[in-house]
Amino acid sequence: MQKLAISVTDLSKKYATGFALSHANFEVPLGSVCGFVGPNGAGKTTTIRMLLGLISPSSGTARILGESINDPEKYLPQVGAMIEGPAFYPALTGAENLRVLATLGGFPKERVDELLTKVGLADRGDSKYKTYSLGMKQRLGIAAALLPNPQLLILDEPTNGLDPEGIQEVRDLLRELANKGTTVFVSSHLLSELELISDYLVMLRKGEVVFAGPIQELFLKQQPVILAQGSKEEDLEKILAIAVADGHRGTIRSGVAHIEGPQEWAGVLNQKAFQAGIVLTQLSPQLPNLEETFFEMTGDKK
Amino acid sequence: MIRIFKAEWRKLRRPTLLIGTLGAVIFFSGLVSSLLFLLLDSPSGNGDRGVVITRETLSLAGGATKAFSSVGGLLGIVALCVFAAQTAQEYTYGTLRNILVRQPSRIKVLVGKFASMKAFAFLMVLVSAIVSIGVSFVLAGGKDVSTALWFSADGRLEIAKTFLNVTISVIGYGLFGMILGLLLRSPISSISIGVLWLLIIENIVGALKASSLNWLPGNQFSSIASGGSESVSYTHALTFGGAYVFVGLFIAVVLFVRRDVAN
Repeated sequence: MQKLAISVTDLSKKYATGFALSHANFEVPLGSVCGFVGPNGAGKTTTIRMLLGLISPSSGTARILGESINDPEKYLPQVGAMIEGPAFYPALTGAENLRVLATLGGFPKERVDELLTKVGLADRGDSKYKTYSLGMKQRLGIAAALLPNPQLLILDEPTNGLDPEGIQEVRDLLRELANKGTTVFVSSHLLSELELISDYLVMLRKGEVVFAGPIQELFLKQQPVILAQGSKEEDLEKILAIAVADGHRGTIRSGVAHIEGPQEWAGVLNQKAFQAGIVLTQLSPQLPNLEETFFEMTGDKK
Repeated sequence: MIRIFKAEWRKLRRPTLLIGTLGAVIFFSGLVSSLLFLLLDSPSGNGDRGVVITRETLSLAGGATKAFSSVGGLLGIVALCVFAAQTAQEYTYGTLRNILVRQPSRIKVLVGKFASMKAFAFLMVLVSAIVSIGVSFVLAGGKDVSTALWFSADGRLEIAKTFLNVTISVIGYGLFGMILGLLLRSPISSISIGVLWLLIIENIVGALKASSLNWLPGNQFSSIASGGSESVSYTHALTFGGAYVFVGLFIAVVLFVRRDVAN
């Protein structure tokens, strides 16, 4: 049986205004990087807060590292988390803030300097938190989450405010942690980043889980698209007619024909276009990416 | 719990807070003690609210602590502000979620934070005692006040009793601040409501209806500091003050433990 880092069973949180999370079920295997995605208000932060024992579920249950969320004392020492952005004391320095948390958790003080270096804040550790830029605050939040040398790392939007270099560093850091056996459960709006690092994906929409499983499984469910373009504008309609005649659906967007069909059919299209006197200037089969799949599954417009 | 105590102490000992608070304590303690002796023969009185404290009273065994017990109320206000700010800021900064992720037992978090703030209050009272008694001793000679009995066995007992009473009173004020911080979750709201109540509302209500002094919470705490007053006996103040703190704390603790941490 596969060991699980997170196992959520029928978990719900209901407020007076309705369900923030409704009967959610998903599992995250140990050692994986799991992306947690959904539009704003989908229930991601509520779920994370329940997993960390900050808010109590209305019904259902969840297990973290094999322990029930009703006993957070049993699993939180092995969990690192950053929820809804970094939160620290503005009058204390970055290092002092980490020392407060290290003292609270009983972690060795040496970890503070080590982690400040790891997140690129070694030279600003003695500056007050209130003087930090958004990106620096985010880095400090990640350092704080890493303090316990966690078995499970839960991060809510860790790349907010980071520059492209910072985003890449975070991506590399998460991969490095996963390679060392840390399970990473990360929510982010940067779907292209998540696509690069995630093995698993949990997708929420309006408080409901619309997909949970290996990321490749998600893409397999989606129809691949072939992009085609002729040398003349009127060729697009002809290309579309060839597709429809062969039983494929298609649309014309931004001067390119988008045809739903398997990768292999691109060769057939090429041949039929040639026979129809069309010179194709573009013919590229494309697998759906996470962003497109996300918009399709959550019903949000791009 | 010791870890929470130490973590909280790290925040309390930051220079701006520690030096700022102790600076205020030293200033007020020195001021009240100086006025007590410098206005000794003033017809408008030299004590709290125009009370006349004579040279003879000051020469008794309890003379050394007269100024110190008068500072109790001011120390209490300072404690209220510190306890309220330290508690409520966890909500406004969003740092409570960090604390609870590292220490999920909310009762332990509260007890640890309270113990740390209590140590801070104890330090304040100790500094105030040293300054008040020191300034009183220095000024007594110039005002013909005998200090012969101040450090006798009876005098030392008076110092110990006053120190204990002021400490209890200051912690009572501090708990009042902590309760407000837990209930209102905003340092500004909890401090302003606490100070407004203690310094203005209680004074107005007390002036309009003297019997209200028997049950107004601030008056109970200040009466504890002075070992009882004309309006309220020490035992009454201790009972009522304790009851207020117990009920307030019970409500605040239940809310803190059960409430979702959603910010």
